[in-house]
Amino acid sequence: RADEEEYWHSSKFRAFTFDDEDDELSQLKESKRAVNSLRDIVDDDDDDDLERVSWSGEPVGSISWSIKETASSSTTSLEGRDSSLQKGSSSYAAFPKQASSYSLSSLFKGRSKLPSFQSLSDALSDIGVKNYAPELRRPKAEYKDYSSDWSPRDSVRRMQRGKVCSLERFRSLQDKLVLLDEAVAGHDGNVITAVLIFLKRTLRREILFRELEVRQVALCHLIHFLKETGEQKLLLDLLRFLDRTEEVALSQYREHLNIQDVEKRREFLKGCIGLPFSAEDTSHIQDHYTLLERQIIIEANDRHLETVGQSEIFRKYPRKASILNMPLVTTLFYSCFYHYTEAEGTFSSPTNLKKTFKIPDKQYVLTALAARAKLRAWDDVDALFTTKNWLGYTKKKAPIGFHRVVEILQRNNAPVQVLQEYVRLVEDVETRLNLATKYKCHDVVIETYRDLKDRIQLTAYKCKVERGSAEEEKINSILNN
Amino acid sequence: ADIVNADKMSGRSRKYKIIFSPQKVNVTCDEWSFYLLPLDEDIISMELPEFFRDYFLEGDHRWINSVARALQLLNSLYGPFGKAYGIGRCAKMSYELWRDLEEESEGDGQGRKPEIGNVFLMDRDTDYVTALCSQVVYEGLVDDTFRIKCGSVDFGPDVTSSDKGIKVLLNAQDKVFSQIRNEHFSSVFGFLSQKSRNLQAQYDRRRGMDIKQMKNFVSQELKGLKQEHRLLSLHIGACESIMKKKTKQDFQEMIKTEHALLEGFDIRESTSFIEEHIDRQVSPIESLRLMCLLSITENGLIPKDYRSLKTQYLQSYGPEHLLTFHNLKRIGLLTEQSAGETLTAVESKVSKLVTDRAAGKITDAFNSLARKSNFRAISKKLGLIPRVDGEYDLKMPRDMAYVFSGAYVPLSCKIIEQVLERRGWLGLEEVVRLLNGNEFSVSDSAVEDNPAWESQRVILAVFLGGCTFSEIAALRFLGKERG
Repeated sequence: RADEEEYWHSSKFRAFTFDDEDDELSQLKESKRAVNSLRDIVDDDDDDDLERVSWSGEPVGSISWSIKETASSSTTSLEGRDSSLQKGSSSYAAFPKQASSYSLSSLFKGRSKLPSFQSLSDALSDIGVKNYAPELRRPKAEYKDYSSDWSPRDSVRRMQRGKVCSLERFRSLQDKLVLLDEAVAGHDGNVITAVLIFLKRTLRREILFRELEVRQVALCHLIHFLKETGEQKLLLDLLRFLDRTEEVALSQYREHLNIQDVEKRREFLKGCIGLPFSAEDTSHIQDHYTLLERQIIIEANDRHLETVGQSEIFRKYPRKASILNMPLVTTLFYSCFYHYTEAEGTFSSPTNLKKTFKIPDKQYVLTALAARAKLRAWDDVDALFTTKNWLGYTKKKAPIGFHRVVEILQRNNAPVQVLQEYVRLVEDVETRLNLATKYKCHDVVIETYRDLKDRIQLTAYKCKVERGSAEEEKINSILNN
Repeated sequence: ADIVNADKMSGRSRKYKIIFSPQKVNVTCDEWSFYLLPLDEDIISMELPEFFRDYFLEGDHRWINSVARALQLLNSLYGPFGKAYGIGRCAKMSYELWRDLEEESEGDGQGRKPEIGNVFLMDRDTDYVTALCSQVVYEGLVDDTFRIKCGSVDFGPDVTSSDKGIKVLLNAQDKVFSQIRNEHFSSVFGFLSQKSRNLQAQYDRRRGMDIKQMKNFVSQELKGLKQEHRLLSLHIGACESIMKKKTKQDFQEMIKTEHALLEGFDIRESTSFIEEHIDRQVSPIESLRLMCLLSITENGLIPKDYRSLKTQYLQSYGPEHLLTFHNLKRIGLLTEQSAGETLTAVESKVSKLVTDRAAGKITDAFNSLARKSNFRAISKKLGLIPRVDGEYDLKMPRDMAYVFSGAYVPLSCKIIEQVLERRGWLGLEEVVRLLNGNEFSVSDSAVEDNPAWESQRVILAVFLGGCTFSEIAALRFLGKERG
């Protein structure tokens, strides 16, 4: 992937504004110059101006700072936490997390959910949530109005206000259900979850499941809770009970993200293939497995090649990262880069990958082009687009627009002669002219204006070519006809 | 009027935006009752990154209490709200819980002179479209490029033109920033260049000064000028970075595609663009963002496209994103049209559902989180795509559409505008139906009786699930326009 990224990052500056391109960009440059020229005049050594990070004196600021301190010092206590909790959060879908790594709520999750229960029921012992702030004692006032006779509705209210409340007195199923319904009606998710924890502990599973089946909101809360605390088994049982087989499959598949060892992961993926996915998803899972399998082989092989040091390509372009767990397209790029000429029979050949994973032409050509262009293998690029028709004539065509081809070539600093070939093939005239002018493909510009019979532009273009050059002559001869 | 927004959301696309993690942090714990974080003169955030995912994806109501308490806090600080409007299930629940809390509490906000006239609560899923569009106002671009967290941003060495980065607080205190933040990006260069020339002129004055004048200059003006110089060079550096990044990513074509999707033409071309975007492995989040935009505006992708784009996405960005697709489907951001679900078919289905109240209740309960989007119909009814003759003037914009280069008025902001104007939902019934209902409008009679109070001009807009800088800019514009 590092290759890929490096590959795809260009340093092309193209003004993006909607109005007059050059004008605005040069405006910016001009401002920059102006500002920079002032640097010498401005004294840079009183850096105290640079202090910015206070919250302009508001009390909130000190809270946020102290939170930061707490966050960093509590890392260790977080680690020491019940591992199931950690597992719960990491087994979420692998979407890149952008939020700052310390979401305060996760820091406080241990205690924030059930403030009222910690000193009371043992409900928490099964999920092992510990009290992280023993120094924060519950003010005595909260215990003052404690009574043992609250109705379900009142209990819910107390819980919503964060007050102490024991649910033990709700013994009958009827009472418990009323309690749950009250909690749901109260809209406070923490309370709903708290009641569910109580029910989970005091009801037979089948009964709980049955009752939740007709209580969507409560059901969502329980499922979420189980996911967070990593109670995988119970979660799967619940989903199976509800006949949500696809979710069962997904939930199990998700676990693969927790397996670091590649071989183990491969084994695990193999096991996932038989799960109750939709037909389409099953084939995706199958592909996932096959891909990883291939990558393991390729990786082992290439690592060997590298160490032995005999292969030129590996010497010239040492690998920056392993190919394991990379997406298919990245793997294809890699293969086009390091194993381009291999026959279809080998696992690492691009054609083999194309066939095995049914990679569409468009994607294949795009990727191969990127790889060969990076290696400056212009002949290979040429071959990608050349087809021989039955008369033996060669013709160039591409499943992607030629403007894209040009873009990629240019990014890799292809020489003008090569670039020109492809600019010439751009279908849309305006685009062709733009590109040709931009990249100084004079011949193409001239030819295009000639075809358009645009004398004015052609004459105007003369000033862009070198005096006495072949291009100038060309223009002149056309104009004179 | 000042408009106060709670919750901030990072560019979707990043999200992923979406799910792509919005940013917020909340703590419900005894001693840390810390619900509101003022980020600027007119923005308060609850900083709850999990809110969106917890509520919209998992169906967990755990943060509703926090929202209700926050409202309670504001209520007690600023006096009773005149009128409360809202749309969305979460908005409704939060409002109800808040009312409950108010009733129970000793009501220490009573008798206080109200400073906030109206409060408007809106669920993020009322308007996903706006959150999915690329931002082109300066602050939005800064967020998309550098990530603004809690009102501050980290500028790297490439921006500061020195060898170390710097963390900067971005708010109304930054004189340069405050003038360009809501501007369309195209206006920003002109402004910055003007400023730099002025600055240069100011410094040049030094030449003709004698000792006394110089002393005066140094003691009074120099500091201010240095400050301005620093800010200017930072923002110019930021602009350069933004430009660099955007040109790399074919920004112009992407905007064109987005506009086409918003307006509803060239759909095939747009789909091709998205396909290519995925093939080229440009950015996992951007690709998803575009797919979601396509899905929402078109009421789901046609099955062929859904399958093919999904496969290509998995191939380009990794097979594990199978899970991502399922989450997005659940939440209704990226769905597949089922047979017979062309735009017109859905519209008739939806109106049928709504007239049959009983059916509506049941489906509501079991509907979990997925909703039908009726964007095109809503867009037409509310006139979200402005008709422009000639060029749209971005420097002196005439409506909120400028935040998207004149192509589209943010739905969320339009709703707020309309409801406030009509003082309720009268005349908006069709729109409400298309938005799947759950609207409300409640007034506090005590306050209503005193329309003379200044507070009427202040509005609190609460976005449950986050809002974008573009929306903030649009609302600021609205505020300026309507007083």
